[in-house]
Amino acid sequence: MKPLRLGTILLSALLFWACSGDDEPQINSDNFDRGAMLINWADNIIIPGYKAYTVSLKALNEATVAFNETSSVDDLVTLRSAWLEAYISWQMVSMFEIGKAEAITLRDFTNIYPTNAETIESNILTGDYNLELPSSRVAQGFPAIDYLINGLASDDALIADKFSQNPQYGTYLSALTSRLNTLAETVLEDWSNGYRETFIANDGSSATSSVNKLINDYMLYYEKFLRAGKVGIPAGVFSNTPLSDNVEAYHKNDVSKVLLITALDAVRAFFNGDFFDGSSSGQSLDDYLNFVHENGSSEDLVKLINNQFDLALSKASTLSNSFSQQIESNNQEMLSTYDALQTNVVLMKVDMFQALNIKVDFVDADGD
Amino acid sequence: MRTIVSNYINKTTKAAPLAAFRILFGLMMFISIVRFWSYGWIAKLYINPKFHFTYYGFEWVQPLGEFTYLLFFICALSTIGIALGYKYKLAIITFFLSFTYIELMDKTTYLNHYYFISLLSFIMIFLPAGVYFSLDAKNDNTKRFEYIPKWTIDVVKLLLCIVYFYAGLAKLNSEWLVHAMPLKIWLPGKYDLPLIGDLLHKPWIIYAFSWCGALYDLTIPFLLIYKRTRLFAFMLVVVFHVLTRVLFPIGMFPYIMIVSALIFFDASVHQKLLNYLGRLFKASTEKFNNGITLLYKPLTSKVKFGLLSIFFFIQLVFPFRYLAYPGELFWTEEGFRFSWRVMLMEKAGIAQFKVVDSQTGETLHIDNMEHLTVFQEKQMATQPDFILEYAHYLKEHYSTQGKTDPEIYVESYVALNGRRSKPYIDPKVNLAEQRDSFKPKNWLLPFEDEIKGF
Repeated sequence: MKPLRLGTILLSALLFWACSGDDEPQINSDNFDRGAMLINWADNIIIPGYKAYTVSLKALNEATVAFNETSSVDDLVTLRSAWLEAYISWQMVSMFEIGKAEAITLRDFTNIYPTNAETIESNILTGDYNLELPSSRVAQGFPAIDYLINGLASDDALIADKFSQNPQYGTYLSALTSRLNTLAETVLEDWSNGYRETFIANDGSSATSSVNKLINDYMLYYEKFLRAGKVGIPAGVFSNTPLSDNVEAYHKNDVSKVLLITALDAVRAFFNGDFFDGSSSGQSLDDYLNFVHENGSSEDLVKLINNQFDLALSKASTLSNSFSQQIESNNQEMLSTYDALQTNVVLMKVDMFQALNIKVDFVDADGD
Repeated sequence: MRTIVSNYINKTTKAAPLAAFRILFGLMMFISIVRFWSYGWIAKLYINPKFHFTYYGFEWVQPLGEFTYLLFFICALSTIGIALGYKYKLAIITFFLSFTYIELMDKTTYLNHYYFISLLSFIMIFLPAGVYFSLDAKNDNTKRFEYIPKWTIDVVKLLLCIVYFYAGLAKLNSEWLVHAMPLKIWLPGKYDLPLIGDLLHKPWIIYAFSWCGALYDLTIPFLLIYKRTRLFAFMLVVVFHVLTRVLFPIGMFPYIMIVSALIFFDASVHQKLLNYLGRLFKASTEKFNNGITLLYKPLTSKVKFGLLSIFFFIQLVFPFRYLAYPGELFWTEEGFRFSWRVMLMEKAGIAQFKVVDSQTGETLHIDNMEHLTVFQEKQMATQPDFILEYAHYLKEHYSTQGKTDPEIYVESYVALNGRRSKPYIDPKVNLAEQRDSFKPKNWLLPFEDEIKGF
């Protein structure tokens, strides 16, 4: 029985050889540095994004105060551009629903649309409302402000008039803008007071690790809020007929394209690790995928995904500034933009998730 | 031949190994169910979902609403009966039926090791596991035996050997051996493990794990059977399963396999274990050492032996049924389940369904989240039988939502073991018109690649 014994010794040697490996020091690791990626995300993209966002909200609040004092058309125009600035700024951080933002459901309180004009009007009329309740989500945030400063009447003079005649409209407006500000401040403060460190330290591989969670959040945002929310739902992909009044910023109407393009740019910048200020680029999903790619698995996904982002952006750029008009005149263009966005859902959620071994959210049952 | 078989059937051995196995099995199952319950999985997997994926031919097996808890309770109760050897026959039959019912409720949760438990509890119905060191045998001396037919222990070993050996055979393919897939995807993801984490992305480590894993599965049955390598083999079993426990989320399975492998040891080992338990619970084993051998009536013996022979014949043949299907097994999954194909694939997919009103042509895309849990959606997107069953569910659902004779189409992409995602189901086929059967599913798009081997 010599051969068998030799075999078993070999087998054991192999197995233990394979399972040991504590002799190699942890430094000088040639492994992908996920910690560096988390630091880049936090310091160069997320925190600067929230900083810029809160700055834009301060401007929005100041413009609201100014407008409430005068109710002039000039101040309304200023307020409107402050609103648009802040709305654009929001598109850069909406995808980071993690930590405090997740806890306070920042996105749901900031940008649920279509907004509910009836609820807004009844809140204003009764003065009896609590913006912290989930039921009031449809009556606050950017879409509700959109209704107040763009949708109340057919021209600026009439809107300004409405505010000057009914001061309770101004009260509600400032309640909305200051609520946006409070929410954003809460999130930024949390990042500044310890969450950054928690986020960076949680660099493991479990389902609740920062990398796993943020990529899932990113994907959910892209699929549900960008692809479906901004394009698919209004274009009628999920309903029998197109829902042109479900576009983002419906009352302003001619900015849904700039909001989509900003959001898509932000999503692509995150994928590539581009700094918020555009000055440079750091570790992100592109580098992570390239690292895996060099180790022999998966195709050149980075290129495929970036090409697809480019395609979606070029499709989106041909759309009308007003998506509701685009849907009514030629919905095919909207649908073709949707398809271009959808292709990247497949490339990211199927191919990228597999390549990076990211598990889809919270499937915590046993495996084989 | 006839004499060899009848000589073998008449061979007897100590009852202790089977009694010890019974106790440990009951205990492990009890822990498994308590664990499952405590994680809230009963509600999450069986009560909350609006819709359940059933097994072909077992569509009638559905969760029982709140009574599903009762089902789990009964199942847990039976494990106590098994461990104590109290009304053993009733307990093991109850366990087999309740456990199997639970597993049949939703194939989303299919795991090879649940299938293993079902099979094991089925054969245990026919084994005299309750005749030694059990309450049954303590209370009734006519049910008390110190010796039992040898084959009644060997069948448990045989089942374990099949599980390991077939799992090993299934790894003898180009994905596992040549490309080290899917470990090449899974292992680097465990970078944060202490000590070994930083090595897990190195190709030689990944290949070593792949090859050792296949070698382990193929050889461990023989190393366990052969007396001189047994102790070493058992050490391997422990190391291997502890390692898989650390690397992968596989729940109780490693512990169950470690405990099960004890059955290969000599009766003296089990006798010591039982003597120890006896001292611990002040229930001496002495009483059971009555020198009496359990002798089945010739007919009973033949029926039992014959039945289990058929069972094992099926077990040996069934995993090869995939040979009857065209196409790549990993891609079509026709004949993939119930074949000890463990940890062979990393498969991810996405399936976007479209409902078309056959009269008006109105088209609606489906948000799967409205109908399925995340887990169900994940499983559905890569498995054709799930996709078809879901399509039929959508057809029924949208018929009641005012759609006339809805047609169901799906645009789906699947990525297998790190390959680029590819279209999976023919998007032009109206799935509402397709019926599930054991026939090959011709609405699957081709894999366009080759995986060699078993």
